[in-house]
Amino acid sequence: MSSFSAASGLVGRKHRLFARPPHWTTTLALVVLVLIVCMAIFAPTIAHFPPNQLNAAMRLKPASDTYWLGTDSFGRDLFSRVVYGARISLLVGAGAMSGALAVGLPLGLIAGWFPTVDAVLMRMMDGLMAIPGILLAIAIVALVHAGLATLIVAIMLPEIPQVVRLVRSSVLSARTESYVDAAILLGTPTRKIITRHLMPATFAPLIVQGTYIYASAILVEAALSFLGVGISTEIPSWGNIMAEGRLYFALNPWLVYWPAIVLSLCILSINLLGDALRDRLDPKMKGREN
Amino acid sequence: MAHEQALSPILSVRDLHVATRGRNPKPILNGISFDIHPGEMLCLVGESGSGKSVTSLVTMGLLPPDELHPTQGDVLLNGESVIAAKRDRISRLRGADMAMIFQEPMTALNPVLRIGAQMDEIFVAHTRMRAAERRKAALDAYASVNLPDPARIYDSFPHQLSGGQRQRAMIAMALALKPKLLIADEPTTALDVTTQKQILNLIHELQREQNTAVLFITHDMGVVRDIADRVCVMRRGEMVETGSVDEVLASPKEDYTRALLSAVPSLTPRPVRPAQQDQAIVEVKALNKVFSFHSFFARLMRRAAHEVHAVNEVSFGLSRGRTLGIVGESGSGKSTVARCLVSLERPSSGNVLINGRDTVDLKNHTAPERRAMQMIFQDPNRSLNPRIRIGESLIEGPLNIGEARDAAMARAAELIERVGLPRDSLQRFPHQFSGGQRQRIAIARALMMSPQIIVADEAVSALDVSVQAQVLDLLAQVQEERNLAVIFITHDLRVAAQICDDVLVMQRGRVVEYGTAAEILAHPKAQYTRDLLAAAPGRDWDFQHGRRIEGVAA
Repeated sequence: MSSFSAASGLVGRKHRLFARPPHWTTTLALVVLVLIVCMAIFAPTIAHFPPNQLNAAMRLKPASDTYWLGTDSFGRDLFSRVVYGARISLLVGAGAMSGALAVGLPLGLIAGWFPTVDAVLMRMMDGLMAIPGILLAIAIVALVHAGLATLIVAIMLPEIPQVVRLVRSSVLSARTESYVDAAILLGTPTRKIITRHLMPATFAPLIVQGTYIYASAILVEAALSFLGVGISTEIPSWGNIMAEGRLYFALNPWLVYWPAIVLSLCILSINLLGDALRDRLDPKMKGREN
Repeated sequence: MAHEQALSPILSVRDLHVATRGRNPKPILNGISFDIHPGEMLCLVGESGSGKSVTSLVTMGLLPPDELHPTQGDVLLNGESVIAAKRDRISRLRGADMAMIFQEPMTALNPVLRIGAQMDEIFVAHTRMRAAERRKAALDAYASVNLPDPARIYDSFPHQLSGGQRQRAMIAMALALKPKLLIADEPTTALDVTTQKQILNLIHELQREQNTAVLFITHDMGVVRDIADRVCVMRRGEMVETGSVDEVLASPKEDYTRALLSAVPSLTPRPVRPAQQDQAIVEVKALNKVFSFHSFFARLMRRAAHEVHAVNEVSFGLSRGRTLGIVGESGSGKSTVARCLVSLERPSSGNVLINGRDTVDLKNHTAPERRAMQMIFQDPNRSLNPRIRIGESLIEGPLNIGEARDAAMARAAELIERVGLPRDSLQRFPHQFSGGQRQRIAIARALMMSPQIIVADEAVSALDVSVQAQVLDLLAQVQEERNLAVIFITHDLRVAAQICDDVLVMQRGRVVEYGTAAEILAHPKAQYTRDLLAAAPGRDWDFQHGRRIEGVAA
């Protein structure tokens, strides 16, 4: 009887899961993120100038009606550059996240199910984790021709071990469930046991981890661009706008502040959304909602 | 007990109502009333969801405040309201005037603190003793619950003790300040029967010595028979019946109590079914399973592997239409035998012959000999994938061996009705079913493979007695219809007595005794079997007919 009432409670809870209004910070984060995404998509409409249009007469001007956020050392409109910068940042984030998940998920599933592969694979992951992420990314960019694809791979690579470990631990706990034993006895092939019974259990934690990777990738891209190993300044990104602005920090600190503010808002929003998702998807937190 | 009635009660629960918080409050308790006098043992009995644990939590002031709250009525401890009491007053009362022991001592004890340090906390909080006195008091408390070597226990961590020792340590902590009221919430449910017997005796002795009032919560009628002075039967937050233990067990007034009592399986073995002439369908020969814990580093250091001989030279045979019970306490290796049988574990040596063919080296789980054997698992919450609809779960096996989807679905619909569930269950998810219903679905899933042998690993031990009886009944019916051989793994001698033709008793991986149920349960030869039988709670009582069984010592 208790399991029945527990079960019906679960249904009620699931219902309430979507009915319950989110915390106001979550709503705010969502609004900010939607704005930034719109900014990236409609950049040509929103920006007043092409991001690379030089104007030698208008170098390092303060904010005005024409140049909302002022101009940089080449007379380029800062507002336009920040708007276009969103494109690169979001693209790098999305690329690194999907790449890390796409590589990490199968590796984690394999490591969780086959103990022999697990030992070897996890030692490789440990090795990868021992190298600082940014250092590894710099090394890769330095070795291979710098470009958007290289950059995404360089940022994605250090994130993979986290994903593999996460998936592996979900699989290790899911495989002790008796429905997995039952599937073995029903003659279900291993491949199908993994995709049908084990993989779905990893989705919820993966979605949450994905948001963190997204935020961290944007940050790493900015750091790499700031260090000068990112994308060249013809394509504006928040990181390289800051890197250029740094030279004129004494003259006009807003060249650094504006991209930094947008970058911080973007990352804060993604992390807040990730936390909200974690709270809703984590079965351990579910009990708290009753 | 006239002298007790004259005294005022230690605990008095008056018309207690408890409901959930939130917009649609759901009643959990609907007017519970009872008294406990000094030196009295009151048993709250009921199936899961009856509200017996909530009653104890209200009394201890441990109700989760965000979820449940008392809406009406009162709980008086020595005439003082616990519900109206302030937080720090309740903390004073807990430990000094009332104490509680829980079902699972491993989770009730802090795993990172030594047992002694946890006991010390109680004395620090409630007394003004010096460190040396506190230590002595703790050692005395351990000695009083018959823990061997109190000094060693004092310095041990919870994981270093056995389940029974942990429960003793918990009891020692609960009784350290000589509380007037002890609340025991299913304190022996997680323990083996022989340990259970010792713990029950201990609680009984301490209660008599210290004249403690005990509120004992249990679902086990046998335990009630052994220890209770008075009984309260609860159902869905209401009191069904209350009275002295002899009264309630011998002449229950309410239908529900009667149903509850008649669902208790009898210890008297069932009549033996005639052995069928045909050859054994399952034959197990000298089965061994050794688990070896040998880490990479241990191998480098050439250290000897840590080995556990979980199954040691186990042999038996079973023919169609009969049931073999494998009985034993936890750690006896009975589940490992089951897992070796169905090839979830690979035996270290020995043979498992199905229809005369050895299955140990078969690679494929769809081989007919493997398919012939299906398993029903213990925990109904974990045996069905929560994300997959019942119908899909049922046809998973048939699809694997190439049956057409439509044909399999049609069979699934028939089988789901056979196990007593409506056809539309196929479109639903596991969480929409109760534990008993899920176990029925698990039986249907096993039957979808048209097995000849069913291995049931503690398949009813997670269920309430009334549900347990129904599931056992269903299992017996399908066994008859399909002429199945059933291997039933259980720790419960009552269940074994009810359904088994043959019984195999295991202890520490070895077979202690093997023979027909009638022979083993009535005339056990091995000392261990005798101990097991002697420890079965309520063995001197016939629950179906409400009378003492003559010639059996309590």
